[in-house]
Amino acid sequence: MNWFYNLETKIMLLNLEDFKARFILNFIKKNRWQYITRGLRLTVEITIFALILGLILGSLAAVIRSSYDLTHTKKCSGLSQKIYQFILSVLNIICKIYLTVIRGTPSVVQLLIIYFVIFGDVAVDKVFVAVVAFGINSGAYVAEIIRSGIMSVDKGQFEAGRSLGFGYFSTMRYIILPQAVKNILPALGNEFIVLLKETSISGYIALEDLTKGADIIRSRTYDAFMPLIAIALIYLAMVMLLSWAVGILERRLRRDER
Amino acid sequence: MKLKNLALLFAAGVMALSMSACGAKTDEQNAAGSQEISESSQQDDSADTQKVITNTEGKLIWATNAEFPPYEFRGDDGKVTGIDAEIAQYIGDQLGLEVEVEDMNFDSIVAAVQSGKADLGIAGMTIEEDRLASVNFSIPYVNAGQVIIVKNDSDIKSAQDLANKTIGVQLGTTGDSYVTDNIENSTPERYNKGFEAVQALIQDKVDAVVIDGEPAKSYVKANEGAIKILDEQLTEEEYAIAVNKDNESLLNAVNSILTEMKDNGKITEISNKYLNSGDTADEETNEEANEETETQIEQTDEE
Repeated sequence: MNWFYNLETKIMLLNLEDFKARFILNFIKKNRWQYITRGLRLTVEITIFALILGLILGSLAAVIRSSYDLTHTKKCSGLSQKIYQFILSVLNIICKIYLTVIRGTPSVVQLLIIYFVIFGDVAVDKVFVAVVAFGINSGAYVAEIIRSGIMSVDKGQFEAGRSLGFGYFSTMRYIILPQAVKNILPALGNEFIVLLKETSISGYIALEDLTKGADIIRSRTYDAFMPLIAIALIYLAMVMLLSWAVGILERRLRRDER
Repeated sequence: MKLKNLALLFAAGVMALSMSACGAKTDEQNAAGSQEISESSQQDDSADTQKVITNTEGKLIWATNAEFPPYEFRGDDGKVTGIDAEIAQYIGDQLGLEVEVEDMNFDSIVAAVQSGKADLGIAGMTIEEDRLASVNFSIPYVNAGQVIIVKNDSDIKSAQDLANKTIGVQLGTTGDSYVTDNIENSTPERYNKGFEAVQALIQDKVDAVVIDGEPAKSYVKANEGAIKILDEQLTEEEYAIAVNKDNESLLNAVNSILTEMKDNGKITEISNKYLNSGDTADEETNEEANEETETQIEQTDEE
């Protein structure tokens, strides 16, 4: 019942004078808007670098995992091929452990472990820590997305590439991956959105990202509404921008289709 | 299809609005109910504690951040304990209410009291102007201050040396606002928990930590040999209990109970119990702490 009562007070909030006063208190006074702008810059920074790191790690893991899946049943005769298969299976196990551990633990815990345990005894740049943590985390999800893309391309495409004289990697590069990317773009865009929102836990290691910026304002003004709604809108705008960009990319890639 | 959805949405909106009106009514009823309860429990209490209304009938909910030893921390049984916990229990007993604790981030406590999610905020909280805009404060019950913790081999010797340094603080604490507003060119790193700031100090991630004196002692004790407290105290301040601005009756009741606790030595008794119970039984330091506490505890009435 209290909730409905609160709703009433929230409707009262639309009172313009009050709104103005609270806006000034939360954003103008003592230049508090700077917490938001600085936080926004940091959030964007972390997201972009983590995204790049995640893509690199994810592609690597995906290529290893799908190469293993595609070749491990094949019988091989030569010694070099046997060694190659052995290395691949070891790499595959490492990737599997990576995926299990990262996807099986909360990202807050991973972030805290990287900051307080792995980099426990060194003074390290916190932005770097966040990029590494979110990059590694995102990489695990990206890996499975890319792998699903590679596996979704018909086997015949791969065989066709090989019979035209392409090596394994050039077949991947010129025939499989372009088709795979097109298939996974929506899922990949989704992962980027998740990553962007996940950076909101950076505050746990005293990084002043967008969410922490609002927390700091909240701790000064004791007003929850203004700073939280403000950053919610900013996150929303960023996500909309991101999905718009992914949408454009999708349309571009589909242009060569019939 | 679309039209139907719209109609549904509209209906939901109308319902929410009409129910909010009902909500307000039931709220009044609740208030009336709890008033009755406290009136019936008032018989065995002193005359000052009349008509105390709490947000939940028969319950006194207090908000704190149980990472602030010795004022509040998780005891061996996992329950929130400490000086503030005992004070809350005492107040609840006096008012005949069931005491319940809400453990949350320090920076959320004032908001919780303001929005009625908790009746009292007891968290070693200093009376500050910014906070007074949102809640009322009781009379102070303890004197305290912010201190500087540094590593033993640090070149920071006084508050002046803090300029241009990276300083660990707990978000929303007096130490946080003091460092942000008063120390030139310093970079405050705002951790959610006090001990995380101290851990960052030990790991060389920050140059110093500014935090309340008593928890600082606990942290230094837990990390003996690595960190120390500088003699110079940054601020003089007083801890008080935060009460919702609209709840005059509870504020008055709390004030009269605190006055009573000061007069009958209850606060000194509780404080000594916690300030002396260290794991390392260093009697000399214990005695020192004891003396310090006795001088720190408020003995005089404020009003």
